[in-house]
Amino acid sequence: MISPQKTLERGVFLEEVMAYNADYLHCIEPVYRNFIDPIQARRMSRLIKMGIAAAKISLTDAGIAMPDAIITGTGLGSVEDTEKILGEITKEERFLNPTPFIQSTYNTISSQIAIQLKCHNYNSTYVHRTFSFESGLLDALLQIEEGTANNILAGGIDEMTLNHLQITRRIGLWKTVPVSNLGLLHLRTPGALAGEGATFITLGKNPQSNTYARLTGVETFFNLNNSFDPGSKLLAFLNHHSLTPSQVDLVLLGNNGDTNHDPIYDNFREKFFPGKAHAWYKHLCGEYHTATGFGLYLASNLLRNQTFPDILKLNDIAPKKISNILIYNHFRNVNHAFMLVQAIDR
Amino acid sequence: MPERVFITGIGIVCAIGNNVGEVLNSLMAERSGIGAITLFPTLHQGTLPMAEVKMSNQELASDLGFSTPKAYTRTALLGMKAAREAIRSSGITDMKAFRTGLIGATTVGGMDRSENFYASFLTDPSKGKLADVVNHDCASGTEQIAAYLNIPDFITTISTACSSSVNAIMFGSDLIRTGQLDRVIVGGHDAVTRFTLNGFNTLMILDRSGCHPFDENRAGLTLGEGAAYLVLESEETVAAARKKVLAEVTGYGNANDAYHQTASSPDGKGAFLAMTKALSMSGLAPSEISYINVHGTGTQNNDLSEGLAIERIFGENVPPFSSTKAFTGHTLGAAGAIEAIISVLSLLHEVIFPNLNFSIPMKELKIRPVSRLMTRIKLQHVLSNSFGFGGNNSSVILSRLENTDIQ
Repeated sequence: MISPQKTLERGVFLEEVMAYNADYLHCIEPVYRNFIDPIQARRMSRLIKMGIAAAKISLTDAGIAMPDAIITGTGLGSVEDTEKILGEITKEERFLNPTPFIQSTYNTISSQIAIQLKCHNYNSTYVHRTFSFESGLLDALLQIEEGTANNILAGGIDEMTLNHLQITRRIGLWKTVPVSNLGLLHLRTPGALAGEGATFITLGKNPQSNTYARLTGVETFFNLNNSFDPGSKLLAFLNHHSLTPSQVDLVLLGNNGDTNHDPIYDNFREKFFPGKAHAWYKHLCGEYHTATGFGLYLASNLLRNQTFPDILKLNDIAPKKISNILIYNHFRNVNHAFMLVQAIDR
Repeated sequence: MPERVFITGIGIVCAIGNNVGEVLNSLMAERSGIGAITLFPTLHQGTLPMAEVKMSNQELASDLGFSTPKAYTRTALLGMKAAREAIRSSGITDMKAFRTGLIGATTVGGMDRSENFYASFLTDPSKGKLADVVNHDCASGTEQIAAYLNIPDFITTISTACSSSVNAIMFGSDLIRTGQLDRVIVGGHDAVTRFTLNGFNTLMILDRSGCHPFDENRAGLTLGEGAAYLVLESEETVAAARKKVLAEVTGYGNANDAYHQTASSPDGKGAFLAMTKALSMSGLAPSEISYINVHGTGTQNNDLSEGLAIERIFGENVPPFSSTKAFTGHTLGAAGAIEAIISVLSLLHEVIFPNLNFSIPMKELKIRPVSRLMTRIKLQHVLSNSFGFGGNNSSVILSRLENTDIQ
């Protein structure tokens, strides 16, 4: 996991929380030469390096050398490369550098990981806003179910650039001034705090001694004509996995500080999970299309470590044992998603 | 036992026609859609050809029932048109009768509008119309299709460069096979843009005289645009509606070349693996494939590695094959779905459409493509290849079946 927090190493889990006062939360990047040949890395843009490093961190952690599938989710791919070409063709359609075009292709991260690993197996990239990461996970779960793959490397990755921040600020996605990430919920203003990150997780068919948690279910809901009814969808989702809301120990919500959209989360947790632990995380990683990757990273660590850091808490309730975590995310009330993550019985 | 997956509807818009009937007519008449660049001003006008859809954005909008195209990218307009035709042809009237999803595919999403935004924005960050950039991302077009056609239960978008829409067919089929959905509309859409035209031009793989797939003197691809969608249905929904089935999806495979970001490996390992996986899933022997709609972009690199991979799998008995990209141009994210539909048309009409612009066989290969229309040729199983940048290679097998099989 590469994020604006110190998440590069296994075993180091929110021991020190990074506080920022910023326009957006920038990733703490690793020393890339530990992961990529410096000669190759020189031509790679930042997002690709982040992706390869995060993928290798996850595979090493899992003890898997060659996954049966590589699946990446990204809302926007390499924004830096896309902007480079747009800048060049705006000036003159001649003497262009081919590298940014090649790297702007959304599947570059997945395929660069394949090239690094010499992995000829299944390889795909999902590019659907805040469904990007979840769609990839769903594909992975289906493949494990069908038996076409046993170990799958799945990820979610997005970056922020200054140009992209300006554009999306004009669209109205973000806070209009630099803000304190840890004070995000106290601001009570419209707009989220932008962020970025690269999550890769290794999914396996059977739990191993080093397994973090069980990813039991993933479901996405496109809110067509305001048809999304959170209550009925939630009950159906949990019921499909033989659970009721009372058996969920902790709800991990996608609150991002945007007063136009946070009430959806607040209503959801109060209505369906009274008396349960409520947690959030986007003050730590910022909002981006694949931010639920950070959420799944957190949930996996919470379940494995059975610790619940105060920085995540939205209420005063802490479960004695964390067995079932529901992750709920929505993007501007259009793209809603659930993930169910469960503890492994040891 | 996994569910079977049937194709019950098809819709297409590309340089050789604005619907399935027009595309079929052009294919039968051996009429290419490649011509001059007219859609946007560019330095390359007059030197590089392109395969444009012969409708303006306003014409597309009117056809879809909108007074103006303002709220849509060209990519989305093309996608909506093709997906609407696919749904109509499948006879679906009640979207909510079964669990129904949409999987789109694209390589540059709404770039046809966002490149205009950036031109203004980069001179002054307060400039540029936001309406030109809000649909920049790949998901936007898919969401607009879902909203336009009221597709209720599932939506996502795939981008694996030029193999994108074959991966949409694969994922849609997986969702049906595992019982997650009953019906999935799958396909892809991409409009031509200055971004892609210049991008491919920097790689020096655009043929100035229009592409010549599998020809010794091929000099690159020709950029095209379009959209194509297929309706996939489970056995149960097909039986419930007593529907006519166009073809069955019997096998598919996805493999990575893991060689180079833009070049295919000299021996076509990724291509070999994708075709081998598709054959293995279908349970068919190579000798049972009646026709291959090859990726055949017309670049030096693709056609050689694809040809070698085909020779390796099929040996001395390579089935008839052709690239239809000299008709449609290379439509990137739409290519896999366009060629899947062309393959369905081959099965239905018992024809093999020719590989236009072919004259001299490649010296490294023993095989040569079908270069004249072949009619009254009964096809049972068709293999369609789509290979992309990043070594993302996918193959799908579509099979003919008699209606009585499932009713």
